[in-house]
Amino acid sequence: MSLLAVENLSARHGLLQAVSGVSFTAAEGEILALVGANGAGKTTLLRTIAGSHRAAGGRISFEGADLGTMRAHRRVQLGIALVPEGRRLFGAMTVEENLKVAGANGRRGRWTIETVLDAFALLKPLLRRRCGELSGGQQQATAIGRALMTNPRVLLLDEVSLGLSPVAVRTVYDSLQTVIAQGDTTIVLVEQDLSRALRIATRVACMLEGRIVLEGKAADLTRERITEAYFGLRRGEGGMRA
Amino acid sequence: MMFFDQILQGIFLGAYYALIACGLSFLFGVMRIINLAHGSIAVLSAFLVLSLAEHFGISPFFALLLAVPVMAAAGFVLQRTILERSLRSGPLTPLLSTFGLAVVLDNSMFQSFGANTRSLAPNIGDLSFAGWSGPGGIEVGQLAVLTLVVAVALLSGLQALLTYTPLGRAIRACAEDPETAELVGIDARHVYAAATAIALVTVAIAGTFLAMRSTFDPYTGPTQLIFAFEAIVIGGTGSLWGTLIGGIVLGVAQNLGSQVSPQGFLIGGHLAFLLVLAARFAFAGRDWRGWFGVRSRAVA
Repeated sequence: MSLLAVENLSARHGLLQAVSGVSFTAAEGEILALVGANGAGKTTLLRTIAGSHRAAGGRISFEGADLGTMRAHRRVQLGIALVPEGRRLFGAMTVEENLKVAGANGRRGRWTIETVLDAFALLKPLLRRRCGELSGGQQQATAIGRALMTNPRVLLLDEVSLGLSPVAVRTVYDSLQTVIAQGDTTIVLVEQDLSRALRIATRVACMLEGRIVLEGKAADLTRERITEAYFGLRRGEGGMRA
Repeated sequence: MMFFDQILQGIFLGAYYALIACGLSFLFGVMRIINLAHGSIAVLSAFLVLSLAEHFGISPFFALLLAVPVMAAAGFVLQRTILERSLRSGPLTPLLSTFGLAVVLDNSMFQSFGANTRSLAPNIGDLSFAGWSGPGGIEVGQLAVLTLVVAVALLSGLQALLTYTPLGRAIRACAEDPETAELVGIDARHVYAAATAIALVTVAIAGTFLAMRSTFDPYTGPTQLIFAFEAIVIGGTGSLWGTLIGGIVLGVAQNLGSQVSPQGFLIGGHLAFLLVLAARFAFAGRDWRGWFGVRSRAVA
C-alpha cells in the first residue's frame, strides 16, 4: 500500500481553480519531483496535502486513512511535514528555538537537534542566531531541519532552491542527501531546477494549469518529454503516463 | 527631596500600572487583540478575591491562590467562546465583542454586588498603610514595594516562560505566524487558549492589588483599562518590559502632575501618553514625508 495517496484532488483560490482532479501515490522512501511552470498549482497542491489549504474536492489518504478536513498540526503528528515556499521561519526566534519548537510538537523519532546538525553542519555555528539574520541558504537549511525535527514520514519540500545562490543550493542538496540516504522518508519535491530534480527523484510528475499532465519513473522520462509537458507543447493528447 | 519623593512614588504607582497592563500587552502581543474588557475582568477578579476572602475568612493572598485557577479556566473559555469566533471575522470584531463583554460584566457586577465601593485594605492589616521612613522624610509603603516586586517577578516569569519553555516557544511561534506554527505541529487554537488563560491569571493578580491599594466598584474597570492602555502605548505595544517602563513613565507623570494642581494627576498622565503618541506619529510622519519627498524629486 502507498504511504500517501491523492485522489482526484481539487483546490481553489477564490474563483480560480488552482488544482484540478490531481491523483498520484507515493510509496515509503520514494522521491517524487513535482515540476511545472509558475502557477501550475504545485505549491497549492503541497499546501493542501499539508492541511494549510482547504481541499475543494477529492481525497488525501495517509496509510489508507482519509485525512478529510484534519488540521495541519494533526497531520504533522501523523508524519506529514511541509517546508513551505519562502521558508517562513520564525524570524524573531533563534535557529535552535525554531528546531526546538518543531521537536516539541512533532513525532518522536530519529531526528533530534544533534542528528539535524549532523546532516546540516552549516547550522552548527548558527544555533544562537536569529533566523531573520541568516542568509537564504542558511534559512533553507533551518527550514528543512525544522521540518525534520517533527520526524516526518512524508516530507513536502516546496521550492528548495528558490532565491538561493548556486553554492547555497548545492550545500542544501548535499545535506538533503543525508535524509534521502536514510531511505525511509518519502519526499515530494517541488523544484524549478529540472536537472536537480531529476538527479534525486525516483519519480517525476509534471503539472500544467492545475493538472498532472505527465507522470512516470525518472529513469524512463527524457528531459525533452518533461519539457514538452512543462510548457504544454503536446496539449490535446490528455495526460501522459510513462 | 520632595521632587525625588514624587519620582519614587511615581515608580511604585507605575509598577501597579505595569501589573494591570501586562495581561493586556501579553494578549495583544500574541493574538493582536485589544481586550476592551480587560479592566472589567480585573474588577471581576477583585470581587472574586474579596468574596473568597470574606466567605472563607482567609487572607486575600490565599484567596488569590484559589482565584487563579478559576480565572485561568475563564480565560480558556473566553478564548474558545468569544475571542476565537471574533478573530475569524476580522480585526474589528474582537474590539466590538470585548467592548460588549465589558458592558455585560460591569452591569452584572452592579446587579450582583451593588454600587457600594469595596476594598481589600481592611483584609490585609497593617500592610495597607505600613511603610519605611527614609532620609529627608521619604516614606516608602510596604504594599507599594510589594506591588513593584510582584510586577517585576510577574514580568520576569512571563519572560522566562516565553524564552525557556516549550509552551512559551509555541506562543511566540503563534504570535509570529500562526499558519506556519500549525505546520510544525502546534495547535494554534490550544496555544491561544493557553495564552488567554495566562493573561487572565495576570489580571487576577492585578485585580487583587487594585483591591488592596484602593477602593473599587463595578464601574472601576474602564478607568483601569485606560491606564493599562496608556502604559502599553508609552512602553511599546506587545513588549513586556516596555509595559513596565510605560507604567513607570505614566505613574511618574501623574505624580508630578498632581504637584502642579489637584487635577494634574490625570492630566499629567494623559499628557505623557499624548506626547509619546505624538512623537510616534511625528516619527512615522517623517518617513511618510520622506517617501513622498523622494517621489517628488524623482518626478521633478
